[in-house]
Amino acid sequence: MLEKMIFGRFIPGDSFIHRLDARAKLIFVFLFIAVVFIANNWITYAILVLFTFLIIRMSRIRLYFLVNGLKPVVILIIFTFLLHLFFTREGAIIFEWKFLRIYEEGLRQGIFISIRFFVLVILTSILTLTTTPISITDALETLLNPLKKWKLPVHELALMMSISLRFIPTLMDETDKIMKAQMARGSDMTTGSMKERMNAIVPLLIPLFVSAFKRAEDLATAMEVRGYKGGEGRTRYRKLEWATKDTVIIVILLILAIILVYFRS
Amino acid sequence: MDITLQQVSYAYAKNTPFEKRALYDVDLHIPSGSYQAIIGHTGSGKSTVLQHLNALLKPTEGSIKIGDVEVKAEKKSKQLRKVRQKVGIVFQFPEHQLFDETVLKDIMFGPMNFGVSEEEAKRRAIDLVKLLGLPDEVLEKSPFDLSGGQMRRVAIAGVLAMNPEVLVLDEPTAGLDPRGRKEIMDLFYHLHKEKGLTTVLVTHSMEDAARYADRIAIMHDGKCVLAGTPQEIFSDEVRLMDYRLELPQSIKFQKKVEQMMEKKLPVLCLTEEMLAEELAQFLKKEREL
Ligand SMILES: Nc1ncnc2c1ncn2[C@@H]1O[C@H](COP(=O)(O)OP(=O)(O)O)[C@@H](O)[C@H]1O
Ligand SMILES: [Mg+2]
Repeated sequence: MLEKMIFGRFIPGDSFIHRLDARAKLIFVFLFIAVVFIANNWITYAILVLFTFLIIRMSRIRLYFLVNGLKPVVILIIFTFLLHLFFTREGAIIFEWKFLRIYEEGLRQGIFISIRFFVLVILTSILTLTTTPISITDALETLLNPLKKWKLPVHELALMMSISLRFIPTLMDETDKIMKAQMARGSDMTTGSMKERMNAIVPLLIPLFVSAFKRAEDLATAMEVRGYKGGEGRTRYRKLEWATKDTVIIVILLILAIILVYFRS
Repeated sequence: MDITLQQVSYAYAKNTPFEKRALYDVDLHIPSGSYQAIIGHTGSGKSTVLQHLNALLKPTEGSIKIGDVEVKAEKKSKQLRKVRQKVGIVFQFPEHQLFDETVLKDIMFGPMNFGVSEEEAKRRAIDLVKLLGLPDEVLEKSPFDLSGGQMRRVAIAGVLAMNPEVLVLDEPTAGLDPRGRKEIMDLFYHLHKEKGLTTVLVTHSMEDAARYADRIAIMHDGKCVLAGTPQEIFSDEVRLMDYRLELPQSIKFQKKVEQMMEKKLPVLCLTEEMLAEELAQFLKKEREL
């Protein structure tokens, strides 16, 4: 039932994007968030969209699948679009019906904000879809390493993140199983009034929490038994390797930024 | 209730890169009142078939008839509740579904969802706790304070409390001690006979399949490759080996004995009791000659 959700999942593959260093991809996404805000007119937004499609092409993930999996986000985007459409009161009126007025600026803002949202969501999804959770955490840990000087528990944070990521699929499976078991006992969280649905959630959440706590306890024991004692002096099994192509992708992003600055109004 | 699967195919996560075909054209007829065992290697699709039996999953192709309700891919879920009331599923590790404050309330959850009155649900819970060999005190305890075996029994009671006509069991005794295993399997068999239930059992135990089932189906790589009576299924050892399955202990023993005596017993002995009986008769006859 939850199997259509793609956010936070990894699709194995061998595209150019898949083979990039996870650090390069992380830096890329963070820089991209800034770059997106350079765009402020039709040309620059068009370039952004074009660039995003190029990246999708390079990742060889099917567009249909991306959009399908991001349906919940699409609803959010539509909502933001409507908000801007109805509540911006600048520019000429282009549509009027009873008390409803749509202004030119509202339409423009709505479209721009949606594009911004859309490209950001797509690119972050591509990051998680083409990178194993483990390499994302490794990359994050290396990138944040300098912050250790200021007593930021980088290793612990990275460990927490990798454990959470590791358990997302497990918990999803578990949710699916318990949901089915309760449905077989006549509880139904997909139909009925809001109140009925809320009531139907309790039989799902309690077993889920119980099993999550049990798992956490087992994991802690297993780690302790195998002598885990924090990040101090710990060596790495997987090594991240920065190659020319990783520099190239960052440079491409910088070039995009320059182009956008040139065309922005 | 008759259950008929016709050319049922199922794919998990259809239309995503994670799509996984789990069933291919499964045909299976389970007559009302019969005891059907489904055996097969891990990952062969047994649990997937079971979830179709009360429409938790709908076939991506083909159809299933459960009593007079037909379940197809495009069918809406309205009628399916009726099916769910009549078909009770005991999932693998059913203790994971316990949630309520007390054992009593948890057992009453199922029947009350289907509109049974509170008194009636309570009465059923009290009876079932006794039937499953649990002490009366557990009724007021939290299900999370029980031992693993007790939790399993409470969860089973929660399904039985719905008074299903069809009982679907997915490895109901996995992880229990041998004695508890036998008690629970005997209980299911007793209910099957007494209430005229249709029972579908998924099991890894060839002994259980041989002992209790009227009919056995073998699943292999998402297909139902063989179906028949226990006698038919277990008479073809070579074929079983192909599906990475074994003979029940009693038949293995029978084969060894037959080899040593260089004589054959007239029937396949599905249980130890039957084997003992047959051997005794055989030896008696030998002596008379
Ligand atoms: N929720 C699911 N999502 C994706 N694939 C699944 C899911 N459940 C089972 N499968 C796959 O379907 C196949 C059949 O599984 P299952 O019916 O559980 O087998 P069995 O019960 O015989 O061990 C397996 O290959 C399994 O990996
Ligand atoms: Mg199974």
